[in-house]
Amino acid sequence: MAKRIEVSGLNAYYGKTRAIEDISMTIEPRSVTAFIGPSGCGKSTFLRTLNRMHEVIPGARVEGKVLLDDLDLYGPDVDPVAVRRVIGMVFQRPNPFPTMSIYENVVAGLKLNGVRRKAQLDEIVEKSLRGANLWNEVKDRLGRPGAGLSGGQQQRLCIARAIAVEPQVLLMDEPCSALDPISTLAIEDLIASLKDQYTIVIVTHNMQQAARVSDRTAFFNLAGPGKPGRMVEIDETNKIFTNPGEKATEDYITGRFG
Amino acid sequence: MSTVNLTGPSGIRKFKDKLAFVAVCAAFALAVIPLVTLLYTVIKNGAKRFDMEFFTHSMNAIGGRDAGGGAYHAIIGTIEQVGLASVISIPIGVLTAVYLVEYGGGRRLARIVTFFVDVMTGVPSIVSGLFVFAFWIALLGFEYMGFAGSLALAVLMLPTVVRATEEMLKLVPNDLREASYALGVPRWRTICFVILPTAFTGIITGVMLAIARVMGETAPLLMTVFVTTAINNSPFKGPQMALPLFVWDQAQLPQQVAIDRAWAGALTLILFVMLLNLAARLIARLRKPVSR
Ligand SMILES: Nc1ncnc2c1ncn2[C@@H]1O[C@H](COP(=O)(O)OP(=O)(O)O)[C@@H](O)[C@H]1O
Ligand SMILES: [Mg+2]
Repeated sequence: MAKRIEVSGLNAYYGKTRAIEDISMTIEPRSVTAFIGPSGCGKSTFLRTLNRMHEVIPGARVEGKVLLDDLDLYGPDVDPVAVRRVIGMVFQRPNPFPTMSIYENVVAGLKLNGVRRKAQLDEIVEKSLRGANLWNEVKDRLGRPGAGLSGGQQQRLCIARAIAVEPQVLLMDEPCSALDPISTLAIEDLIASLKDQYTIVIVTHNMQQAARVSDRTAFFNLAGPGKPGRMVEIDETNKIFTNPGEKATEDYITGRFG
Repeated sequence: MSTVNLTGPSGIRKFKDKLAFVAVCAAFALAVIPLVTLLYTVIKNGAKRFDMEFFTHSMNAIGGRDAGGGAYHAIIGTIEQVGLASVISIPIGVLTAVYLVEYGGGRRLARIVTFFVDVMTGVPSIVSGLFVFAFWIALLGFEYMGFAGSLALAVLMLPTVVRATEEMLKLVPNDLREASYALGVPRWRTICFVILPTAFTGIITGVMLAIARVMGETAPLLMTVFVTTAINNSPFKGPQMALPLFVWDQAQLPQQVAIDRAWAGALTLILFVMLLNLAARLIARLRKPVSR
């Protein structure tokens, strides 16, 4: 069920300004790919082009190709809504639906798309919450508001919500940046266990985290001040952190800038 | 390096603090005095005729000099007129706001709609009555009826509903929209099942305020529902009474019995508004996620 993503010649714009330039890469299935790089170099923008969330912003558009296995996600008769069902997303700030209970949050994606059978939903809730390492903490209070959980629990709830619709790819934009170290560890464990089933892409500011969780790492940087961001290189995480191909990468991971 | 001074605030700061405190309390008292006196006066004067007869009888065949009679006909009229006005203006108003916030995005049509809503906000209530009179009664030739009053009230309610809903929708964090889109939920479902429920409490409050405001309107009803002393259960046929008109009508008379009826009518009106507010709060409370 996990799928390979192949990006070629991708540019993304906000109105007239180009935010990222000419990005090409392959994201392997059943693996974790990390994006690292200084703030503002377009990691989030690029991530959002992968499930067509970029175009939700007024005036934003994308050029180039994103292939999910063989299907071009930007092809003329592809429905962006359908793309997002297949490629799920977890955001930087936990964003559970405030009017919904924990249970309702998990099934939100299914229910809003018409799955109604109670038994089936119950089963999916347990499976997703177990998958997100949250089941034991919340199984006795599924009816309580999702917004009442701690930040780390909320983020795991959001992950449960994302995997409940059984996507094939999971995109995570700095999912731990608002969390304490313990919750961060819980989420990293979770990522490790999810990668058997999903293709995972994670943006992170934390290089130790990239080194810990990812199989491959892509380094992004600005082409220059005021210029769009681009991908400098992508390689095995090991190689990026021990013997990067580019000087800029080395400078960044050794803390010389960024 | 100066020594650290951790003693309490100096005398002058303490004095300023007291002064500000007194000023705030005084301002609060000043603001509350009119409200309390108003409530007190209305309750005191309204209680005299706040009886069964008042709520079960109309003024049919009761002259200004006669005691007794009631506002049943006016209460029926107000409920029907305000109800119909709500049925017209709430869906239109909420949908307009949804368009402006969720779809408008600075488009030309959205700017035009916003402009007209602004203009409508400034329409004096008598003008909305005149407008419906000119259009509905004079031009289209309908008779005076409760529904004409509803139209005039709806014209007044609409901009308030649009504005209140718009503000509430804007308060819904964009994160939630994105969270929903990222689950592969189409925009219209996101609006119906995520955005509107999140803004629901605020929208209800705004709508209730709008209803409460038009409930006491007299001017737009004068030329649309006319004035009658008899019970008319149909808002679509013939003149109907309304509570504000009842108060206005009775308060004009010199006799004490009539004045008492006017006060009782005013008290009823205030109670209606309070009930609406309570209902809004209750609905808001019930909307919290339920425990299972
Ligand atoms: N909604 C937006 N509208 C306009 N410009 C944006 C928007 N979001 C991001 N940008 C710009 O795009 C560039 C890349 O931003 P982003 O993708 O958020 O970087 P990163 O996630 O690597 O920190 C930045 O210059 C930023 O200012
Ligand atoms: Mg970012």
